[in-house]
Amino acid sequence: MIGEVLVECAHMSCAYNSTLAIKKIDFTIRKGDFVGIVGPSGSGKTTLLKAILGSISPIEGHVTKKPQLRMGYVPQVETVDWNFPVTVLEVVAMTRSSTGRLPRVTKDERADALLVLERLGLGGLENRHIRELSGGQQQRVFVARALFHRPELLVLDEPTSGVDVRTRHEVLHLLADLHDEGVSIILSTHDLNGLAAHLPRLVCLNSEIIADGSPVDVLTPEVLEQTFGAPMEVLIHGGMPVVVDGVGADIAERMSRLG
Amino acid sequence: MSFVFAGLFTPFHYQFFNNGIIVATIAGALCGLLGVFVVLRGMSYIGHGLSHAVFGGAAASAVMNINYFVGAGVWGVASGVIIGRIARRRLIGADAAIGVVTTASFALGLALLNRYGQAKKSIEAVLFGSVLGVKTIDIVAVSAVAILSIIIVVALYRAFLFATFDPEVAQVSGVRVAWIEALLMGLLSLTILVTMRVIGTLLISALLVIPASVARMLTNSFARMLWISPIIGAVSAFTGMYLSYFLDTSASATVILMGTLMFIVVYAVTGLRGRTRISGLHHI
Ligand SMILES: Nc1ncnc2c1ncn2[C@@H]1O[C@H](COP(=O)(O)OP(=O)(O)OP(=O)(O)O)[C@@H](O)[C@H]1O
Ligand SMILES: [Mg+2]
Repeated sequence: MIGEVLVECAHMSCAYNSTLAIKKIDFTIRKGDFVGIVGPSGSGKTTLLKAILGSISPIEGHVTKKPQLRMGYVPQVETVDWNFPVTVLEVVAMTRSSTGRLPRVTKDERADALLVLERLGLGGLENRHIRELSGGQQQRVFVARALFHRPELLVLDEPTSGVDVRTRHEVLHLLADLHDEGVSIILSTHDLNGLAAHLPRLVCLNSEIIADGSPVDVLTPEVLEQTFGAPMEVLIHGGMPVVVDGVGADIAERMSRLG
Repeated sequence: MSFVFAGLFTPFHYQFFNNGIIVATIAGALCGLLGVFVVLRGMSYIGHGLSHAVFGGAAASAVMNINYFVGAGVWGVASGVIIGRIARRRLIGADAAIGVVTTASFALGLALLNRYGQAKKSIEAVLFGSVLGVKTIDIVAVSAVAILSIIIVVALYRAFLFATFDPEVAQVSGVRVAWIEALLMGLLSLTILVTMRVIGTLLISALLVIPASVARMLTNSFARMLWISPIIGAVSAFTGMYLSYFLDTSASATVILMGTLMFIVVYAVTGLRGRTRISGLHHI
C-alpha cells in the first residue's frame, strides 16, 4: 500500500547567495517512508533537509507539504552551541514552546520527557548540562527533543556522525522501532555500510538526485562513482550490498610493500 | 564617629541623587535581564550600535527642542528599519550594516550638537550620562520598560529560550522566531532609550554585557541567569552610583567599574569552570 504524500519537492532548486546548492530536485516522501540521503560533503544533503523543513525556501520549483504536518528535526550536532546554559530536560521540553505555556516545566511534561529520555537510554541524566555528556548521549538528547514534539515526520541530519559502533546500532534500532510505530523518517548520512545499506530507500545526491531506490538498486559502482566522484566497488554480503573503496586494494598493496 | 556614619547618607539628601540612583538601579536590573539574551546570542554589537544610533536622535531632539523620548525613539526605530533593510539585501552582513548606519547616526548627532547645541556640556552629558538631569519622568519610563520586559520574558519564556538556543529548530517547531527577534530588538531599543540619559551612549553596551557574563560564570541554568544577571546589574549600578558621589567620578564609569570588579572576582573565584563557561560566548 502506498502511503499519503507528506512532502513533495517538484523541480526544486535552492541557493545560497545565488550559488546553487541543489538543483532540479524531484522527490516525494510518503507516510511510512524510511529514506536515507547519501552524498559527498557539500553535496546538498543538509540543504535538502532544510528545504523539506521549510527553513530555507527554494529559488525555483516548490515544496508542498501535507497541511499541519508535524516535523521533528535533529540537526547536525556540529551546529549546536554546547556552551549554552541548558539542561537535558530543558532541551527536551523546548519543542513544546507554543504560547501560553508557563516557564516552569509542568509535572505532566516532566513525566512525558522522562519517558522519552528513558527510552533513549538517557534516564537519570535529565539535570545534566548538555556539555557534560558523551557524544552519543548528546546526539540522543536532540533525538529526544524531536520525539517530544510527537512528529509524523522525523528529519535527522547525520544522526550517527562521530558515534561508536554500539551507539550506531542503538540509534538504528531506535529509528526502526519508531518507524514500526508509524513515524516516517528521512535522514542524511556519510555511513554507507553502517547505516545507509540497512534502509529500505536511498537517495544519492550530488547537487542533483543521481539515484533513488532500494539499496540493492542504488548502491552500484556506476551510481557511486557518479555521486562521489571516486571509484568504488560493491560486494554482496549476506544479500546486502557492501561498498568498498575502489582504491582500497591498490593502497593495501602499496602499504604491504612498505612493511 | 556618628558624624562619619551620618556622612554616608549625605548623597541621599539630594533629590537629584535619589532620582539618579533609582533610575540607575532599575536600569542596571533591566540591562542585566535583556543582557542575558544579548550575551547568549553573541550580539553585544547590537547594544553598542543601538546606543550610538539613539545618540543621533537625542542630539537632534535637543537641537530641535523636541521631547527626548519622542525624538530619540523615532530616530532609533528608523535606524533599526534601515539596518534591517540593508542587512536583508545580504550584500553586507548585519554587523557591517549596523556599523555603518549607527556610526553615521552618531556622527550626525555630534555634528548637530557642534553646530547648534550648547556644545561641550550637553555632548558630555549624552556621551557619559548624567545624574543631574534625571527627572521623575525618567523613573516612570525606566520602571514601565522594566515591568514590560519582565512580563514579556515570563509570558514568552519558552519561546525566547528556544529561539535563543536554536532559532532554526524553533522555527520548524512552530515558534515565530522573526516575531520573537523583533520583540527583543524592540525591548532593547526601549531599554537604551530610557537608560541612556543616566548611563550615557558610550557605556550602555557594557551594562548589557557585564552582568550577564558574570551570571553565566555563576550558573549553568538559563532560568537562573535570568534573575542572577539583573541582581548583579542592579547591585553594580547602585554601588557604582553611590561611590561616584564620594570619589567624585563619572557615575556611569563607576557603575561599569563596579560591574567589572564583580566580573574579576567571579572570574577568579569560579576558576577554570567559570572561564570555560564564558569562553564560548562570542563577544568582548
Ligand atoms: N549558509 C551557507 N551559506 C553559503 N553557502 C552554503 C551555506 N550552507 C551550505 N552552503 C553551500 O551549499 C552547498 C551544500 O551544502 P550542504 O551543507 O547542504 O552540504 P552537505 O551535503 O550537508 O555537506 P556535509 O556532508 O559536509 O554536511 C555547499 O557547497 C556549501 O558550501
Ligand atoms: Mg550537512
